[in-house]
Amino acid sequence: MLYEQFKIRAEGVSAEVHRFTTKKEALDSLIGFLGREGLSDAPHSSALWAAGSFLDGVERDLLAGIAGLKFEVTRESAAVARFGISQMEWALADTGSLAQNSTAIDQRLVSSLSTIHIALVPTSGLLPDMPTLLVKVHPRDCRYLAMITGPSRTADIERVLTIGVHGPERLIIIFVDELGGTN
Amino acid sequence: MGTEFKESITKAVNNANLTGALGKFSEAYKINRAKAYEGIDFEELRGRIADLKGYAATHLDELSDLFQKNAEAAGATVFRTNDPAKVREYILKVAQDNGVKTVIKSKSMATEEIHLNQYLEKAGIEVGETDLGEWIIQLAGQTPSHMVMPAIHMTKEEVSDLFSKEVNERLTSDIPRLVKVAREQLRPTFLAADMGISGGNIAVAETGSIVLMTNEGNARLVTSLPKIHIALVGIEKLIEKYADVATILKALPRSATAQLLTSYVSIITGTTPNPDGSMKDMHIILMDNRRSEMAADPKFKQALQCIRCASCLNVCPIFRLVGGHVFGKVYTGGIGTILTAWFDELKKSEDIQGLCIQCGACTDVCPGKIDIPGLIMEIRRRLVQDQGLPLLQKAIYAVVNNRSLFHGMLRAASVAGKPFTSGKFVRHLPLFLADLTDGRSLPAIAAEPFRDRFKKIQQPKLKEKAAFYAGCLIDFAYPEMGEALVKILNKGGIEVIFPEDQTCCGAPARYNGAYEVAASNAVDNIKALLREEVTYVVSACPTCTVALDHEFISTFESLGQTEWLPQAKILAGKTVDLSTLVKKLVEEGRLTLKEGQQLGKITYHDSCHLKRTLKVSEQPRELLQKAGYELTEMFECDTCCGMGGSYSMKLPEISAPILQRKLHNIKATGAKTVAMDCPGCVMQIRGGFDQDGAAVTVRHTVELLAEQLE
Repeated sequence: MLYEQFKIRAEGVSAEVHRFTTKKEALDSLIGFLGREGLSDAPHSSALWAAGSFLDGVERDLLAGIAGLKFEVTRESAAVARFGISQMEWALADTGSLAQNSTAIDQRLVSSLSTIHIALVPTSGLLPDMPTLLVKVHPRDCRYLAMITGPSRTADIERVLTIGVHGPERLIIIFVDELGGTN
Repeated sequence: MGTEFKESITKAVNNANLTGALGKFSEAYKINRAKAYEGIDFEELRGRIADLKGYAATHLDELSDLFQKNAEAAGATVFRTNDPAKVREYILKVAQDNGVKTVIKSKSMATEEIHLNQYLEKAGIEVGETDLGEWIIQLAGQTPSHMVMPAIHMTKEEVSDLFSKEVNERLTSDIPRLVKVAREQLRPTFLAADMGISGGNIAVAETGSIVLMTNEGNARLVTSLPKIHIALVGIEKLIEKYADVATILKALPRSATAQLLTSYVSIITGTTPNPDGSMKDMHIILMDNRRSEMAADPKFKQALQCIRCASCLNVCPIFRLVGGHVFGKVYTGGIGTILTAWFDELKKSEDIQGLCIQCGACTDVCPGKIDIPGLIMEIRRRLVQDQGLPLLQKAIYAVVNNRSLFHGMLRAASVAGKPFTSGKFVRHLPLFLADLTDGRSLPAIAAEPFRDRFKKIQQPKLKEKAAFYAGCLIDFAYPEMGEALVKILNKGGIEVIFPEDQTCCGAPARYNGAYEVAASNAVDNIKALLREEVTYVVSACPTCTVALDHEFISTFESLGQTEWLPQAKILAGKTVDLSTLVKKLVEEGRLTLKEGQQLGKITYHDSCHLKRTLKVSEQPRELLQKAGYELTEMFECDTCCGMGGSYSMKLPEISAPILQRKLHNIKATGAKTVAMDCPGCVMQIRGGFDQDGAAVTVRHTVELLAEQLE
């Protein structure tokens, strides 16, 4: 139920929503997507992946062979990355939003400077709404709580909705059941 | 009003880009806002917001202390001051101590309030706005015209000209391309900046957190890339509890831009790591700048319940015509008028407070439950108290305050007006003793006022009695409405008495800030209307009804006069508007309308005071349909017609286009008759159609119903 509601809301604000049962399926899909979108070592074609539990148990060697896919997040590497991959812990069904403890700067760099942000979300992280999130996540444990709802947008010129100003112009959300939960 | 101010209005209403963009936006906004609030009990939600913000406003010191303690415990430096100059100095010192050369900013009205950019630039620091709208107006050397959409007044062609200069390349006006140019141009600025400055949408005392919302993602970059972050927060942004963030965020994006949530929300508590592993240097400035004084003012403390959504601008029939620049350089629209009067100075609001037509559209949508028109009236009252009335107005009220002189002049006017009469209209109406406007004819003063005609009406002797309060317009311009009212009430078993000593309801004086005059009018009317024992005091003018029902009391209270307060309350208890009383009589079976009539299409215009102050909108519709009319609703049926009493005389350049829009919406229904419950609206709209030439009959509900009695 929560997933369906989330999907409608998130797609309503131009996010792209996918769901996979296993990490392997999710990873295959992700790698396939990056390939199709032109992932390479060339400038503004690389992907930067910020640390997250999804990577636990994934054979890094396997990923290390993919040209353009990097894991070392710096200002410089983030500034030139076309893709940013990060794990968002929670999703809010009633607004189609993602939420993350973004205290670690690398999480913010990959999701704010990239052109395409790919968010991996454990399906168990689906919550009904923001009040539920705020009960779960308190500032004492989270210095920078970030919520993301769709890609970056503006309507500052003639009220015409335009996607991709300062933040990513695409937001791709991948739910992974195996990361926890069945919502 | 100053000439310069009048000129700025004329310029704005004749700017087709501006009125076009704002007009389109305001029409879409209403629909989208309603959609965004689907499934949400807005009254319940805004009740909670008003409570939590109201609590914060009465505990500013305590919450500031708590916020400081918690933010500092999390590593931030908190600076508190009442003085905008100290804010500027503090920011410059932090910048200079750290060798800052460039600053990037995300949108902050508080920094606009203290004119920070100019100050830092003078000190040799480069300041870059990053919100697209703010950047556009920075490049154009302008100031924001709207709190949420700063560059709404500019066209894509103007933006493309600006950007072309910036990138030395001829750009087309393709909006996605222009947005991309902004992204590319600003990215290096973001990466190079030494300091980020933001505002704060909310400051949470119990955790020391600040909440930032953007759609573009610039606040995330401003708070993440530079090693120093300064957040400038007005203390009215304080709330006590962290959980209440969700309450405000439920309303703020929905009310501001009809979004369920902005693309990005950041809740930042203290310091966070920089990319190089060091911790961010974070400063939070809690700025008072007269907010505490505002909180201590019994009338104005509610203005601190504002969450800065700007929905009062979005629904304002005046704002959509003139835009923000007419209001001044910082805060605009209804709430902006109030904030300017306080954060700047009362005198600065002298001209702009006059823009409010008192239609109350903003009170319907304000998520902070602020009585914006009421507070603007209070500004008027205080201005008059400080500076006195303009000479002409003084002369007018000297007349209005003397009933026999006032009525004598009106009678004289019926004779004097005659040479100018063309059909039912005159070109010069001395009713308000003011100059006339184009685009609308005004009614002749009746040859025989209602007070004289009343004596000739043969009424049955009935047990139940109602006093009729006619008001100036029905008494002296539309006596036939009064006769219709007597006819209906008699049928319903009520005998009407007409207390001769009744005089002006005081609304014209009150709406111009002359409360002493309004109070004196109130006393005269209370004496007149309570002299004889009646069940009801009925009026067919909503503005008069509101005066009797609410404003006599609030005028006395504002002036601290208690002598007539109990009687004013008795009068309020008896006061009822025509449609509500007639509906009651029909429901009680005391009055029957003709059955099975097919009277054709009609459309109904809601008068501001009836709909929004008296909360009456269904009663006249039900009665008219019962009488046999087929109701076709017009677009924006409850948007002001532009009359607003003497407003239409003072600001004809605004009143006229509002009227034109109303006429257009009426004509678009195809109905040949438009009904309304207010003689003021009848005067405005009938006069409009007289000039327009369209064959639409403008009637007061009372006349239409009187024709359909069984």
